[in-house]
Amino acid sequence: MSISVQNISKSYKSIQAIDDVSFEVNEGELFGLIGPDGAGKTTIFRILTTLLLANEGNAKVLEFDVKQDYKAIRNSVGYMPGKFSLYQDLTVEENLTFFATIFGTTIEENYDLIEDIYVQIEPFKKRRAGALSGGMKQKLALCCALIHAPKVLFLDEPTTGVDPVSRKEFWQMLKRLQQKGITILVSTPYMDEASLCDRIALIQKGKILKIDSPSNIISKYDKVIYDIQSKNTHGLIHDLKNYSSHYSVYAFGEFIHYIDTNQNFNPNDLQDYLQQKNHTQIIIKPAQTTIEDVFMDL
Amino acid sequence: MKRFIGFVKKEFYHIFRDKRSLFILFGMPIAQILLFGFAITNEINNVEIAIFDQSNDVETQKIINKIKSSPYFNVENQINKESDIEKEFKKGKIKAVLIFERDFSKNLQTKNVAVVQAITDATEPNVANTIANYTSAIIQNYQSQKKQPKTNLVKVEVQSRMFYNPELKSVFNFVPGVMTVILMLVSAMMTSISITREKEIGTMEILLVSPIKPFQVIIGKVFPYIFLSIINAIIILLLGFFVFKMPINGSLLLLSFESILFIISALSLGILISTISDSQQTAMMLSLMGLMLPVIILSGFIFPINSMPLPMQIISNIIPAKWFIIIVKAIMLKGVGIQYIWKETLILIGMTTLFITISIKKYKIRLE
Repeated sequence: MSISVQNISKSYKSIQAIDDVSFEVNEGELFGLIGPDGAGKTTIFRILTTLLLANEGNAKVLEFDVKQDYKAIRNSVGYMPGKFSLYQDLTVEENLTFFATIFGTTIEENYDLIEDIYVQIEPFKKRRAGALSGGMKQKLALCCALIHAPKVLFLDEPTTGVDPVSRKEFWQMLKRLQQKGITILVSTPYMDEASLCDRIALIQKGKILKIDSPSNIISKYDKVIYDIQSKNTHGLIHDLKNYSSHYSVYAFGEFIHYIDTNQNFNPNDLQDYLQQKNHTQIIIKPAQTTIEDVFMDL
Repeated sequence: MKRFIGFVKKEFYHIFRDKRSLFILFGMPIAQILLFGFAITNEINNVEIAIFDQSNDVETQKIINKIKSSPYFNVENQINKESDIEKEFKKGKIKAVLIFERDFSKNLQTKNVAVVQAITDATEPNVANTIANYTSAIIQNYQSQKKQPKTNLVKVEVQSRMFYNPELKSVFNFVPGVMTVILMLVSAMMTSISITREKEIGTMEILLVSPIKPFQVIIGKVFPYIFLSIINAIIILLLGFFVFKMPINGSLLLLSFESILFIISALSLGILISTISDSQQTAMMLSLMGLMLPVIILSGFIFPINSMPLPMQIISNIIPAKWFIIIVKAIMLKGVGIQYIWKETLILIGMTTLFITISIKKYKIRLE
């Protein structure tokens, strides 16, 4: 077991940041904490990286206790905090050299680990980190977190503020790192990234709502979701919410996701209802369930 | 050790790449010392003075003519009553009154001593001081011209009295003062800002979650500033010595030791500030309000401590700068050795130890 968290609670003054959180991450696993801003993801990261002490509960990283053995943990994990945490006035190369030095290693020693990522930013190695694009910064930060070959990697919202192409690349890199045997705990507010993890924990308002693999979470979801579209989207949401047997209605991309309370729901009834309400170009079709749908229902 | 060197190297990158902090580091001391220096040693020209000649004889007329002919003074008017002196000062136009005693020539001939009193308006202490010096110089010059081999030794005594500010301090006040302020500024403010910057941009989180130990971070932060502060102290002393002829009568070694001691105490205050502030701005405000102001006001640099109200005098004792200024003046001007300033040195050592202990105790190994 690489990470084990048991009944952890933490509050700041009057705010309960996380409440009785437990989960375990296996060795070599890519585990995702999925939840909106303010759900408590960063607090969990900080407790596991020994930066904060929990009010209650125990947590272990690589079998070291986060409270007593904090020094051992600090020696053997890699951490990439939420906000861009590198020295903006140092060049790419200087940043990397600095982090290598304080971890008692050199760039050359672990070059094979960062090679895939570093080759992409190497052309800019003389550029100050502050002048890099968002995606480049994330790649550099990941290099810095990896330079000492950590056994566990903590990535707190690594893709926030990064363009879709760079996000995709970033996740491909994580997959490759995982193949090298590194356990990765990653958090993200993007539901589409959840399906790329081995297992995920859905977290909201400091509580873990569900832990499972993304495919299990989706397959265990028993409700039928419909994609609905019409010309007047705003009025559509309003009218669907007034439909007597509606269970939930929310915007999802270009469609409205609609779930009915009735097991024997007939889309044609809804079509008639919407036509009465003067909707035109109505589309109603069954939708693919996503993590976000499950999350919305929790 | 490699870690430490790597860390210090990084700190130097920060310092040399930040134009603003570089300016504060090196522009400020030079600008301050030159400003203070030239503001204080300003030349006087065409100063309006009044004369109260109680004897009105040949000798006094000669001296008055000599004063009138100098470029420094304009004799504005003659005063005839002693009570008019104060009135003239209150009008504010004249800066000094020269009073010749009664029977000036007679006294000079019979007693060989005659007295000229120069009363100056010391609301502007530096001007007053200069006027007093210039008057004595003119009269002494007159005296030496008058002196002939065969005549008896005659002596004109100039007594100067500082009105309104009996505690007039020496011009040499400002070099130790500016040095103290600059060392405090550079050491405390710059360290506290550089530590809080790591907190603000979030790199402190990574540093904490790394094998580097907290004390290595602190020493690594402080080390470049010790080095830079020493350079600053040297610049200030050189400027003081060459531009303003500030003497260094005592041992340079002792002066260096005391300066390093003071730098370390200021640095430990900077660390202390950084442990209680979360943003660079807070750190800067705390350093400015909490350190700079007391240093300028309560250290005796600008306002003499013994003319402060008693509570202020008591408070001034907890300001390290006060002790450092005493030490620097004693070494530079009086040329004394450690046997005269061991008490002040011990106080500084005590304070430094206290600050370091508190800041290490307060330094957080976690985020809260």
